Amino acid sequence: MSAENQIERHTLSVLVDNEAGVLARVIGLFSGRGYNIDSLTVAEVDEQEHMSRITIVTLGTPPMIEQIKAQLGRLVPVHRVVDLTVECESVERELALVKVTGKGDARVEALRMSEAFRARVVDATPDSFVFEITGNTEKIDAFIGLMKPLGLREVSRTGAAAISRGPEAM
Amino acid sequence: MDKQLNGAQIVLQSLQDHGVEHIFGYPGGAVLPIYDEIFQQESIEHILVRHEQGATHAAEGYARSTGKCGVVLVTSGPGATNAVTGLTDALMDSIPMVCITGQVPTHLIGGDAFQEADTVGITRPCTKHNYLVKDINDLARIMHEAFQVATTGRPGPVVVDIPKDIQFALGPYMKPKAVKHKSYQPQIKGDMTAIKQAVELIANAKKPIFYTGGGIINSGPHASQLLRELVKLTGFPITSTLMGLGSYPSADKQWLGMLGMHGTYEANWAMHDCDLMINIGARFDDRITGVLDKFSPNSKKIHVDIDPSSINKNVMVDVAIVGDCAHVLEDMLRVYKSDAVTPDKKALASWWSEIEAWRDRKCLSYKKDAKAIKPQYAVERLYELTKDADTYITTEVGQHQMWAAQYYRFEDPNRWMTSGGLGTMGYGIPAAVGVQVAHPKSLVIDIAGEASVQMTMQEISTAVQYRLPIKIFILNNEYMGMVRQWQELLHGGRYSSSYSEALPDFVKLAEAYGATGIRAETPAELDDAIKRMIDTPGPVIFDCIVTKDENCFPMIPSGAAHNEMLLADSEGLDIEVSEAGKTLV
Repeated sequence: MSAENQIERHTLSVLVDNEAGVLARVIGLFSGRGYNIDSLTVAEVDEQEHMSRITIVTLGTPPMIEQIKAQLGRLVPVHRVVDLTVECESVERELALVKVTGKGDARVEALRMSEAFRARVVDATPDSFVFEITGNTEKIDAFIGLMKPLGLREVSRTGAAAISRGPEAM
Repeated sequence: MDKQLNGAQIVLQSLQDHGVEHIFGYPGGAVLPIYDEIFQQESIEHILVRHEQGATHAAEGYARSTGKCGVVLVTSGPGATNAVTGLTDALMDSIPMVCITGQVPTHLIGGDAFQEADTVGITRPCTKHNYLVKDINDLARIMHEAFQVATTGRPGPVVVDIPKDIQFALGPYMKPKAVKHKSYQPQIKGDMTAIKQAVELIANAKKPIFYTGGGIINSGPHASQLLRELVKLTGFPITSTLMGLGSYPSADKQWLGMLGMHGTYEANWAMHDCDLMINIGARFDDRITGVLDKFSPNSKKIHVDIDPSSINKNVMVDVAIVGDCAHVLEDMLRVYKSDAVTPDKKALASWWSEIEAWRDRKCLSYKKDAKAIKPQYAVERLYELTKDADTYITTEVGQHQMWAAQYYRFEDPNRWMTSGGLGTMGYGIPAAVGVQVAHPKSLVIDIAGEASVQMTMQEISTAVQYRLPIKIFILNNEYMGMVRQWQELLHGGRYSSSYSEALPDFVKLAEAYGATGIRAETPAELDDAIKRMIDTPGPVIFDCIVTKDENCFPMIPSGAAHNEMLLADSEGLDIEVSEAGKTLV
């Protein structure tokens, strides 16, 4: 397979006006043009200027990723699109809340694992835990995988938030 | 303190401040306050259409023939949903349009009120941008932004959805100049490094071709002038997409005719064999490229486009220049002149002799018929008899559209209005209405098919009401001709639902509307009938009975390449279309 056809995972940061419908515009663009969304995170980041930051993790060939960036850039309320995967070094974090139920050895093992992963216990009952874990997507995937045989009940994930390393801002 | 106006007054004031003279619309409950304001002023004329789709196409015709923004006014719910086809059409063909829709009052939104529809939700993917105005204080700014977004950059339709209570509410008005968009800033000037690279490629080309599109028309008549200058300076051949017809004069020797699926043999072969392709304001549409992996395999490609997302979307290019055509052409010409570029005359001469050999195939020739009117002949005669007049042509969609593009010849931009990207049957009559409103003294002809024309036939009533003397020239072959042609080609001649059964008598229909009906059935009577049509002061429906089973040639079958095109003298349509080709449209 040539590099041009290789599916890559890219994290895009999109700075938008926080106006009604802006998220629908972005999501509609992806569904309408058949692009993938692996995860999507959005919140207002500048209250005064009414700006939101959308972090999109997407999958596609390099030309498709270029096309996604150009299409995003074309949306009227979009200020900037930065491809954190190619344009700079970046850090990426996701938060997950993971509910695990069980008693006895499984329960002890789950707690031991959560310590190894630096997860925090945010809720506990005699037969359940809710762990809060942050990290990159792979770390969270690994933690959830380990919890499966130990009584995993439910997962809530935020999707990735990402930012470039160093003093520069987008 | 800005002066306070009510919402409807703000709408009208902003239209006036943007130089709007005509709007196309249809009233309803949710826009009555705006209609009341229209009633009480005289600077803007409202053209009442018969269906909201007609309003949008009329606005497109108006915009395309003038370079101005088309303006539409419709009510909530069905008014807005009926406008969706025209909005999508304008988006695909990059036509500047502002469409104001009424909405149920803000406190009723979301409650499934009478004639409520989620207009911004429905029109989000078919507009360049859209707005729901929920606060009267935003209305003036949004109106000004709407015009800015619609008319600048790559033009397109913008919807402004205004709830009825906002139309009554009092709010501030400020002039357009006071509004500056925060994020929307299209790139107009091209990058000089890329332009210099392009000129260098031009200087060294042995087999070059200009491939131009609707971007030249959108950029304005000045872009056409600059294009002509550059083409003359270089001596290169030039072809154009359907949307770009008229940007270069068809009478000129360097003009190869339209390219693409029904383009000329010489244009398509030159595209296939060239070593340098200079794409200015076109977007490598699938009607143009044919199968992509065989598209112009040995050429370097330059692409000038105002929309960054058009670059490398379908075809990877070597030099990309994002910018407005006129600006980029101006810079290109300057660099070309200051570098004192001289094209390789010897190479060009041999390239032209290859092209002349393709031209000699006379791909647009067809068998004449003494008894029946061939559709190609009808368009040729129409052209001969109207070319010296101040003529504008619109079309519907299908075979007649392609014959119009092939056999009608255009010398100037803004004279040709057709639905290219979306391929909307029913475009032609309302578009002609819009053109005629903008050019009341000109000859405006809709070259139509008997099937398409029935989709928006009711707009003839609009033409009669406003004394717009449009001429609807129907090539009547009693088939949805292009559907029939594809069924012949791909589906074993099983003409499933493509026959125009139960047609109206178009002459009587014209008379019923208060227009004039003319029919021609033989070549002998055609010229006189056309002359009568031209001389008739009011709107005319011309029923031109043509041969029924004519196919539109030349043709690149689906899944084929530019050098695999079929000519009229090929052995019928009895050819193999690849399985992959059959799934294409």
